[in-house]
Amino acid sequence: MMDFGFSLSKSSTLNLDTADLSLYKKLCELSPDARTCMACGSCSATCTAGPFSGMSVRKVILDLQRGRDVKAMVQGCMLCGKCIMVCPRGINTRNLILNLCKIYDR
Amino acid sequence: MKENIVIIGGGIAGMEAAKQLLCLGYNPIIVEQNDHLGGHVSQWHQLFPDMTPAQDLVRRLGEEISEANIFLETTVSYVNKLKDGYNVMLNNGVNIVCRALLIASGFKLFDATKKEEYGYGVYDRVITNSDLEAWFNGKQDPRIPDKPARVGFVHCVGSRDLKAGNSQCSKVCCVTAIKQAIEVKEKFPDAEIYCFYMDLRLFGKKYEDFYINAQRDFGVHFIRGRVSEVGEAIDGRLQVKAEDTLAGKPLKVTLDMLVLMSGMVCNPQATEIARMIHLDMDDDGFLRSRDNVYSIIESNRPGVFYAGACTGTKTVPETVAEARAAALGIDAYLKSL
Repeated sequence: MMDFGFSLSKSSTLNLDTADLSLYKKLCELSPDARTCMACGSCSATCTAGPFSGMSVRKVILDLQRGRDVKAMVQGCMLCGKCIMVCPRGINTRNLILNLCKIYDR
Repeated sequence: MKENIVIIGGGIAGMEAAKQLLCLGYNPIIVEQNDHLGGHVSQWHQLFPDMTPAQDLVRRLGEEISEANIFLETTVSYVNKLKDGYNVMLNNGVNIVCRALLIASGFKLFDATKKEEYGYGVYDRVITNSDLEAWFNGKQDPRIPDKPARVGFVHCVGSRDLKAGNSQCSKVCCVTAIKQAIEVKEKFPDAEIYCFYMDLRLFGKKYEDFYINAQRDFGVHFIRGRVSEVGEAIDGRLQVKAEDTLAGKPLKVTLDMLVLMSGMVCNPQATEIARMIHLDMDDDGFLRSRDNVYSIIESNRPGVFYAGACTGTKTVPETVAEARAAALGIDAYLKSL
């Protein structure tokens, strides 16, 4: 192919028609409270690991809802559980991450 | 003889005010342009937050004002100021002299065709919140598919939209969208429901509970971002584009039906009457109250009172409370003369 000196970037559009939500649905079976996340971000703001590892519970839930893989982010969690204390919806976020790890381990 | 009080508008504000004025010993006269009382509420199916059947409220109010004078399919042709009151001329030739006048003309639903990018009136499967309520009430609607797989709700249609001429929030649409999303999910349990919002304004009693229920028990998807455009696919389905502002990425989805949450604008009839008797209009297009804290039901003219959505967007309980306040305000005003 001819080299024009540039290439096309992949579209960043989230397409909900083709998004695979099976991971999110599996998680909701184990942690039904995941559905009640309202993306306030307090979990991410309090996260000790987040600033260094890129972990964010808010982003984990959102990415799952958009059919994206979150394995790398989950691996950055230290399971300290601070995020449980700040979640206004009372989501057991630590348990949610553990459940995700279980799903990935299967 | 009982004193006449003209009430312009026979929605729930006018009806509740008439009921209270009857109790206070006056002769309320309702002027209603439609052939039935109850206004927008009479066309609604169920009311948040208790899912009260709207018809029950209208029926109950109707029974309680059976002694009031009611002119249906009637409009006000002219109002002029007299020395100590107003002369109201109706289009049926009736002339009423009164010392107090209550404007309860309510709101008009924002005309969703003005937001061309959403395709209301252009695409076959775009409807409004009010169309959906009519369908809940049993009206046939060919735009609603038999088995939709994906249904979207667009919040803030014609509200918080300076370009559409309405900077105000219509207040009721967030919770109405969630209520309707739950109702649609109950009718079509297999459907995926998407709510496109800018922010959710669930200020009222039990509204937040609706939100949690919709998420937890009905799996409604909430996407923060205003729909930017809607297109029609060759099979009639709708291609919806929005920015997912939480993900910071553009998002697209194909839907079988899209419901536009049309907001409230002032009833043009109120604007017309305001012009006749020099009532102040606010910059949001609604009638201007004497002040927005303590005197919402009072106008800048003696003897002219307001109740309900003629002064701004209101919920049903707010409207009913204002109607009661206006009846007391009229009573106090007449006793002070």
